[in-house]
Amino acid sequence: MSSTFPRLLLQQARQRPDVVAIREKRYGIWQTMNWHELSEFMSHMACGLHEAGLRRGEHVAVIGSNRIRLYGALLAIQALGAIPVPMYEDSVAAEYAFPINNAGMRFALVEDQEQVDKLLQIREQCPTLQAIYYDEPRGLRNYSEPGLASSDVLLEAGQAFLAGHPGFIEGEIEATQPGDVASMFFTSGTTGTPKGVVHTYFSLISSAQAGADFDGLTSGEEVLAYLPPAWIGQIIFSYAQWLLCGYVVSCPEAASTVDIDLKEIGPTYFFAPPRVFEARLTSILIRMEDAGWVKRTLFAACMRLARRVGPRRMNGQSVNPLERLMYGLGDLLVYGPLRNSLGFSRIRIAYTAGEAIGPDLFTFYRSIGINLKQLYGMTEAAVFVCLQPDHDVDVESVGVPVKGVELKVADNGEILVRSPGMFKEYYKEPAATAEVLGEDGWYHTSDAGYLDDAGRLHIIDRVKDVGRLSGGANDGAMFAPKYIENMLKFYPQIKEAVAYGHGRERVCVMLNIDYEAVGNWAERRGLPYTGYTDLAQKVEVYELMQDCVEKVNQQLSRDARLSGSQIHRFLVLHKELDADDGELTRTNKVRRKHIEEKYRPLVDALYGGLEQQDIETTIHFEDGRSTRIRATLSIRDARTVDPASSDANGARHV
Amino acid sequence: MSRPIGDVILDVSHISLSFGGVKALTDISFDVRKHEIRSIIGPNGAGKSSLLNCINGIYAPQQGSILFRGQEFTRRSSRQIAAMGIARTFQNLALFKGMSVIDNIMTGRNLKVRSNLFQQAVWLGPASREEVRHRRFVEEIIDFLEIQSYRKTPVGQLPYGLQKRVDLGRALAMEPQMVLLDEPMAGMSIEEKHDMSRFILDVNDEFGTTMVLIEHDMSIVMDISDRVVVLDYGKKIGDGAPAEVRSNQEVIDAYLGSSQ
Repeated sequence: MSSTFPRLLLQQARQRPDVVAIREKRYGIWQTMNWHELSEFMSHMACGLHEAGLRRGEHVAVIGSNRIRLYGALLAIQALGAIPVPMYEDSVAAEYAFPINNAGMRFALVEDQEQVDKLLQIREQCPTLQAIYYDEPRGLRNYSEPGLASSDVLLEAGQAFLAGHPGFIEGEIEATQPGDVASMFFTSGTTGTPKGVVHTYFSLISSAQAGADFDGLTSGEEVLAYLPPAWIGQIIFSYAQWLLCGYVVSCPEAASTVDIDLKEIGPTYFFAPPRVFEARLTSILIRMEDAGWVKRTLFAACMRLARRVGPRRMNGQSVNPLERLMYGLGDLLVYGPLRNSLGFSRIRIAYTAGEAIGPDLFTFYRSIGINLKQLYGMTEAAVFVCLQPDHDVDVESVGVPVKGVELKVADNGEILVRSPGMFKEYYKEPAATAEVLGEDGWYHTSDAGYLDDAGRLHIIDRVKDVGRLSGGANDGAMFAPKYIENMLKFYPQIKEAVAYGHGRERVCVMLNIDYEAVGNWAERRGLPYTGYTDLAQKVEVYELMQDCVEKVNQQLSRDARLSGSQIHRFLVLHKELDADDGELTRTNKVRRKHIEEKYRPLVDALYGGLEQQDIETTIHFEDGRSTRIRATLSIRDARTVDPASSDANGARHV
Repeated sequence: MSRPIGDVILDVSHISLSFGGVKALTDISFDVRKHEIRSIIGPNGAGKSSLLNCINGIYAPQQGSILFRGQEFTRRSSRQIAAMGIARTFQNLALFKGMSVIDNIMTGRNLKVRSNLFQQAVWLGPASREEVRHRRFVEEIIDFLEIQSYRKTPVGQLPYGLQKRVDLGRALAMEPQMVLLDEPMAGMSIEEKHDMSRFILDVNDEFGTTMVLIEHDMSIVMDISDRVVVLDYGKKIGDGAPAEVRSNQEVIDAYLGSSQ
C-alpha cells in the first residue's frame, strides 16, 4: 500500500508495457494507449510542467471530461509531487474562482475553448492564475491572451527537457511519499462555501485496494469512465483502482454517446447512481409498450419468472431444476438480449449508491442476472465504507464494512467511521475538520443508521431529521421520518408521504396518491371518479393505501429499533402537495413543519382519534390565481404488527 | 479577435434575372472577400434565393457576370460550380431521409472520389484505401458538428435542427472554398439558432471557409456577419458592415422599420 499513482504506473509499464491501458473514442474509432505509451506521456507532460515552473506541493486546476489527456495530466502533476484538483466541467465560471484563490493556483489544465473562456472570464478575480493549457485547440486559434497555450507545447518542451535530463522524472517520483497529499476534491457545499477534501496517496490507495480485494478485481476488468472526474468515485473507479489492478478504462466519445459506447465496451465493473438505472429501465418499459402482442406477452411472462427466481439465483440460494430450466429459456429469449441492449452483457459487479433505491428497480436488475449491489461511502472516506458481498444482497441494507473500516453507532444514532481511507483534512479549514473528524480518527458522517445482527449497515436518515417518540408504549423509540416516507413512496401508487411522530406517542402519516398510477388502476377496475379529490377519497383507494401501509408496518416490525415507528393511523390528502403552495421545496422535498401548521385540523384529527375531518384549503395556480377547495377526509387505523409475531419471510412486496 | 479577411473571391457585377415579365433581380452588384461571413437579407420575395441560385449556377442571369476566383462562370452547370469549390445548403433540406448521417455526409465527398466504378464494386485496394480516407474526413466533420451520437441514425428520424446540421456537414464534406447557406436558421428554436450560429462561426474560423448566408433572422445576421447586402424588390438597397446597414434609412424603411 506504500505507493503513489505515478509509481503504480511505472510498475505497470515495466511489467506489461504492450498491454492496453486506456482507450478513448475519437472519430468513431476506439483509440488505445498502452501502459508504456502512457508512462511516456506522463514523463513528457511532467517535464513540460516542470519547465513551465510547476513546483512540488502546488495545486493545479484540472477541468475537463474523461479523456486520455486528462488522466495523463493527473499522473504528470502527481509525478512532480504537485496536487491536481479536478473540477466539474459544467460549473459556471464563478464557481472556479473560489478553489483557485483558496489554493492560490498558478496553473490550470483544461480541455477546450469552453473551459478557457470561463477561466478568462474570472481571470481578474484570480490574480494568482498565470497559465492555462488546453488540449483541444478548436476555436482557440485567434486567442492571444498571455499565458494561454496548447498542452502540446508542454509535451514538446517536456520531450526536449527529458533528453537533457534522463532520470529526472524517476527521481521526482521517488521523492514523493505515500503520506503526501495526492489530490483534493471540492465538495459542492449546499451550505456556505465549498470545502476542499484533502486525500493522501495512502488514503486513496488503501480504500481502492480494500474495494478491489472485496470484489476480487483483476486486470481483466473493463470500465467505462463516464462520470465527472471531479467526483471522487470516478477517481477511485477509473484511476486509483485502474492503476492498482491494471485493467482497461475507456473514455466515451461525448456525453451524448455514453449509451452507445456502453454497448460497445460492455464493462465488467460499473457504477451508476439510482437515477441512471431508473432512466434505463423506463426507456426499456416504454419501448416494450410499443412492441407487438407476442413480444409483450413473452416479456411479461419472463419477467414474472425472473422476479420469482432471479434474486434467489443471484443470492446463491436453491432453485429447483424446473425453475432453472425455465430461467435458462428466459435467459435465451429475454434476459440475455435485454442485458445486451443495456450494455450490461459482461457485468460482473455493478454498484449503486447516493440515494435510496426502490425495491422494484433494484430487483429488476438483479432478476435479469445483473449483479447490482449497493455501497455506502462518502468523499471524506475515499468512497468505500460498506459494500454488499456477492450472494448476500438485499435492498434494505448497504452491506458490510470493507476490510480496514471500523464502524460505530453513536448514542444519537449517528454512524461513525474510522478507516485508512479517511481524508487528511478540509483544506485550510481546521475548525470544520475538527467538527467531523475527532482526534481519535472517528469521522462523524451525520447519517443515522444501525448495524443489524448480520453486521450489515442500514442507513435511515440524516441525523438532524431523526426524532424520538415520546410517551406511550414506545417511549423514546427512534423515529426516522424520511425512512418511513421513502418506504411508502417505493409503492408506485403513493406519490408523497408525510410522517409525524417526533414528540408524540405514535406515528401517523398523510399520503398523496399518484394520480396517474391510481387513476389507471381505477380505470382497469371500472371504478368511476370525477377528479383527484374524488378518487383520493374512494373507499377502494383507501383499501389500496391501507394495504401499502400495513406492508410497510410489517417491514418495520422486523427491526427492533424501528418497530416502534409503525404507522398507527393514516389519511389520504384531497390535493397534491405542491411547491406552489409551499408544501414542497423546489427540489420536491416535503416541508413537514409547514404542512403540519397548514393542515393543523388534520394532524389533530389523526392524533385525536377522529374518523372524519373537514378541511378547507387554498390552492395557488402558477398564473397567480387561487381558489379554495373543501373536502371531508376519512382517517383510518392501520394494523400494526407485534415484533415477536412477525414472520421474517413475510409479505415483502417488490 | 481579428480574422484575416482576404481579397475578393466572388465578384457579382450588374446581374439581372427575369422570369418572363417578372423581374427577380435588377442590376445587382456586390463582392465577397475571402474568409468573410457575408449575409444577404431582405423581406420575403426580395430575390434572395434567386440571387443564391445564380451564384450556385441553377439560374443563369440574363445580364451581368459572376466571377469566382477570377473565373467567369455564368454559363456553367451546378456540378462544374461545385467542382470549383462552391457548396450550398438548402432551405427545405435536400437530404436522403432514409440514409444514415454518415452516408449523407459521405455523398458530399462524391466529387473527390478518384477510384472507378469497377474498383469500388470489387473493393480493390485503392478503393478501400480511398474510402478510409474519405471516412476519416467525414468523421472529423461529425466530431466538429457534435453529432457523434447520431452517426448511424437515419436522417429522417432526426429533429429539424439536427437535419440542418447534417446538411451543413454535407456541404463541408466537399472541402469548399465557399459555402452558400440558404436560410440556415429558418424554423429553428432560439437554442438551435445559437448552436447553428456558433457552428457557422467555428467553420469560418477553423477551416477558413468563406460563408454567404441568406437569412431572415435579423438579430443573428447582425451578430455574426462581416458585411450585409440588403435586397428589396430585386434591387440592392444597402451594403456594408452591420452597423452601417442598420442606420441606412432606406433599409429601415424597407425592412427593419417593420420589425423594430
